[in-house]
Amino acid sequence: MQTASAQPEITAIPPGNSWMKLFGWGLFLAALAWSWGGAEMKPQALWNDADNMATFLGDFFPPDFSEWRYYFSEMVTTVQIAIWGTFLAIIFAIPFAILSSENLVPWWVCQPVRRLMDASRAINEMVFAMLFVVAVGLGPFAGVMALFIHTTGVLAKLFSEAVEAIDPGPVEGVRATGATSLQEIIFGVIPQVMPLWISYSLYRFESNVRSATVVGMVGAGGIGVILWESMRGFMFAQTCAVMIVIIVVVTALDIASQWIRKRFI
Amino acid sequence: MEPVIRIRNLSKTFGKNGKALHNIDLNVGAGEMVGLIGPSGSGKSTLLRHITGLVRGDQNAGGVQVLGQPMQTDGRLNGNIRQTRARIGYIFQQFNLVNRLSVIENVLTGTLGRIPAWRGTLGYFRDDERALAMESLRRVGMERFAHQRASCLSGGQQQRVAIARALTQQPDVILADEPIASLDPESARCVMDILSDIHQHDGKTVLVTLHQVDYARNYCSRIVALRQGEILFDDKASELTPVLLNQIYGTTSFNEESLPAPRQRVLRPVSGLALAQ
Repeated sequence: MQTASAQPEITAIPPGNSWMKLFGWGLFLAALAWSWGGAEMKPQALWNDADNMATFLGDFFPPDFSEWRYYFSEMVTTVQIAIWGTFLAIIFAIPFAILSSENLVPWWVCQPVRRLMDASRAINEMVFAMLFVVAVGLGPFAGVMALFIHTTGVLAKLFSEAVEAIDPGPVEGVRATGATSLQEIIFGVIPQVMPLWISYSLYRFESNVRSATVVGMVGAGGIGVILWESMRGFMFAQTCAVMIVIIVVVTALDIASQWIRKRFI
Repeated sequence: MEPVIRIRNLSKTFGKNGKALHNIDLNVGAGEMVGLIGPSGSGKSTLLRHITGLVRGDQNAGGVQVLGQPMQTDGRLNGNIRQTRARIGYIFQQFNLVNRLSVIENVLTGTLGRIPAWRGTLGYFRDDERALAMESLRRVGMERFAHQRASCLSGGQQQRVAIARALTQQPDVILADEPIASLDPESARCVMDILSDIHQHDGKTVLVTLHQVDYARNYCSRIVALRQGEILFDDKASELTPVLLNQIYGTTSFNEESLPAPRQRVLRPVSGLALAQ
């Protein structure tokens, strides 16, 4: 047919402009080169100062476990900070996630709530920890608050992404029975997103345990305080022992939470 | 007598695709079982979704009343729409059950429109409400599956659970949107028998969209046909001739052989289906 021959021929090579791809790669390489100077990259230092580093590393071994009971009790405090920081964050992230889901609320609710969550996510836990140490004093509570604010921002975003990916059918099914909007969410939305929400929450708990080990460095309680003190006192054998304690506990919790997560998915 | 469903001058425009519904006027009386037919995209599902207010019509374009209560007027949902929705059982093509909830929990959501909001919100259902949900499940022969997850069931079973959810609402009207389009022939017949039983024995008003003409002719006394958002036919099922069907569907494939006279149906009890309530 006349019209068919006028159509461009379909070839095995996908259509599209290969120069755009090349340009993309060029841009990527340019970004790497541009950042090299700013980041003062000098890999040769690793070789030139190898002797110093060997001496420094030598100071770490053997690790000094003489005060292991103290380390472990502080590590328990660290985990407790993470538990409360994560728990409060989950509780607050649920309504904020609903309010920042495009498929559930109008844009004039969703956009402001999202910006608020962006803000609490943009500031690192350490910064919040420094602020809360001033506000509520030295100690674990400042750490809890720091983790809580930051994690609320993170979880609200992850939770709302799960909500925006739901199947609208079951929600309509609940709506058609004469349910209220809140009931639509409880019976139609939450059951659909529950597995993802649990998975995200457990993941954030794991990473909050890691974060909780450093908020102590600015005085917000937990094992970070010991870590910081021992480093500042050049007691590297103790630093090493503390780091081993952290590794053991964080690994154990990671394994445990992976196990729990599997139960829910 | 006041019609149960009263649609006045309803129009709906979707974006630039033009009119989905065009000045629809339709009354459905109490105790009728009406089949809504038409080719894909003719607006039959859209019309049904307007009746319960899942979709809003165009501004300044008519409205819908159900059981004397306004559902929507000029593109605005009525403030008390939930009370009326509670009296309308709605059945979807894709069942729209909540997969991760159990069968009985899905059926219990049928009570949400009637019980105090705080109780429903907390998921606290009284024993009589649970008994009612079980009774509905028994009616559709699904009581054995009460504590299984909805996602474990086959399509036909899910649709029966969805009907049980609608029955738990103790509705006056049943709207069924392509209830059998996703089902195998045996499940389809079973679901249509249940709907027909609800109509005949409970005297509920049933409005069902179907794309199988023979089902519509066999189960519904009155048929309304839509084409491109307009009502082309609204009369007794027996008046539906091959000529009219060819007009409705824009084909020439209907003839006397392909369209046998509606068979006299004998209501066969579905497994576990209690006919008397």
